[in-house]
Amino acid sequence: MFVAWRDLRFAKGRFALMGTVVVLITLLVGLLSGLTAGLARENVSAISSLPADRIAFAAPADGRSVSFTDSAVPEKAWNTWAEQPGVTAADPVGIRTLNAAAGERTAAASAFGVDPGSGIAPAGLAPGRIVLSEQAADELGAAEGDTVRLGGLDLRVAAVAGDASYSHTPVVWTTLDEWQRIGHSGTDIGTGGTDSEEQATVIALRLDGDDVDTAAGDRAAGTATRTPDEALSAIGSYQAENGSLQLMRGFLFVISALVVGAFFTVWTIQRSPDIAVLKALGAGTPYLLKDALGQAVVLLAAGTGLGTLIAAGVGGLIGGGDVPFVLDLATVLVPAGVLIALGAVGAALAVRRVTAVDPLTALGSAR
Amino acid sequence: MTTTTTQSVAPNLRLDGITLTYPDGDGTLTALDRVDLDVPAGTITAVVGPSGSGKSSLLAVAATLVTPDSGSVVLAGTEVNGLSAADRSRLRRERVGIVFQQPSLLPSLTALEQLQVMAHLDGRGPRGARSQAAELLDAVGLAAQAGRRPHQLSGGQRQRINIARALMNEPAVLLVDEPTSALDHERGAAVLDLIARLTRERGTATVLVTHDRTHLAEADEVLTMTDGRLGACASAV
Repeated sequence: MFVAWRDLRFAKGRFALMGTVVVLITLLVGLLSGLTAGLARENVSAISSLPADRIAFAAPADGRSVSFTDSAVPEKAWNTWAEQPGVTAADPVGIRTLNAAAGERTAAASAFGVDPGSGIAPAGLAPGRIVLSEQAADELGAAEGDTVRLGGLDLRVAAVAGDASYSHTPVVWTTLDEWQRIGHSGTDIGTGGTDSEEQATVIALRLDGDDVDTAAGDRAAGTATRTPDEALSAIGSYQAENGSLQLMRGFLFVISALVVGAFFTVWTIQRSPDIAVLKALGAGTPYLLKDALGQAVVLLAAGTGLGTLIAAGVGGLIGGGDVPFVLDLATVLVPAGVLIALGAVGAALAVRRVTAVDPLTALGSAR
Repeated sequence: MTTTTTQSVAPNLRLDGITLTYPDGDGTLTALDRVDLDVPAGTITAVVGPSGSGKSSLLAVAATLVTPDSGSVVLAGTEVNGLSAADRSRLRRERVGIVFQQPSLLPSLTALEQLQVMAHLDGRGPRGARSQAAELLDAVGLAAQAGRRPHQLSGGQRQRINIARALMNEPAVLLVDEPTSALDHERGAAVLDLIARLTRERGTATVLVTHDRTHLAEADEVLTMTDGRLGACASAV
């Protein structure tokens, strides 16, 4: 990279301009990645944190996908699952979004009804007692020992624990019996509810291995099982929101590769006379390609590194507040790595023009 | 018994029966027509002729940049025909120095680095290359300009760096393309004096292509190129 380093220093203005573009794109991708992960966490954390190997939904009608909104499973279904070979636990989970009130304050919340003795119930859950997630407690201004009105029932707060959230609403854990009584009260605000005849929304299954015949269990119980990751797409809002944000992120990756490719195309064309001279002097094509691509990678690494640092700094500032933002390796380093890789691909496509430069032009081939 | 050994010194550059044609509309244009040329070490062969006569094609073939239709090119004892592109690049890098008509210096490099890049292309370490480059810059009278970039140098200074760069890898063959075309008479004469001196000192086989007959005093042989054919013109002065 003898010439490449010196070009970087000599053409500071041009490379600084391009580097700034890479920094800004990285910043945008970094912030979008953190926001996407933050919104996803608000959407699905209650499901993704369930200690379950599979989630069983009510079998959907032909041609339809499983969905938390449409799923309703009767008691017979989880009893059937509990008897299946290899199933160590089959715990019903009721999910309903409703209004909760504590004193003068109200907030939308997702009531998760589970059996108090089950492995998925939070500590402290008991008849007449609920467990609030931290966000629910914060929005309701409630603490341990306070009374919260949930769908017509007055329930005492046994504990405030965890940050479970579902469909952008904080989770309130109730017993399954009380969750079913809430259903009868008619205060359901309409997202994720089941009617009063149903006894749970899904069944959380624990298996003793990966080779359990879940298809047989589905046939016996009239259900459709999904892995926890697959089950996330059954949350309607998550699918739409995450899909849009990932599409935007994908476009930013492509735009970044195209911008970098366009810059290095122009740069390579501008350098063609110099490349012709170097070839005439005996520089091999691999040497020139390594030089040019190394220059692109240096630019990308520096721009992406700075953009990532800024994104991490901004994310750290806003992540602690109300903005749903996740700052971790997946939202910081992975997008940076993808940007460098795709940018290098764009640059590689551009600098391959080096191979087409005719060294004869250095001698004045027109003559 | 007495043994007599006849020692013949092979020329550093030998072109034998070189013919080169280019497509030209429906037909072909003969740029070089059965050209023969021998250039021994330490000598200058000047090739003069009008524009379009084939002088640059001759240099391009000698520099291994163009493969002729027929004939043989032997550079420092190596037959060029049949070499791969990579091998020709290596041969050019190691055994050929080219002085371009325009100095063609790389804008981002200082005068010293213009020479050092040759060593880098050749895979040599930076330390020895630096002292060698400094020595060559001194030889062309530009030691004081080592840290300057091309835009900070005059045309004559750039051309002298062009010459020094061509000598950096100690070539066996020096190909010089119209080195004075962008210079006034005085600077042109100085550049040719420099080429002649370095040719003698370093034992290169130098081919000097020019259309300017006023600078031929230093040439050991002067040939004329006309319509792709090379012929004797006159002895060197």
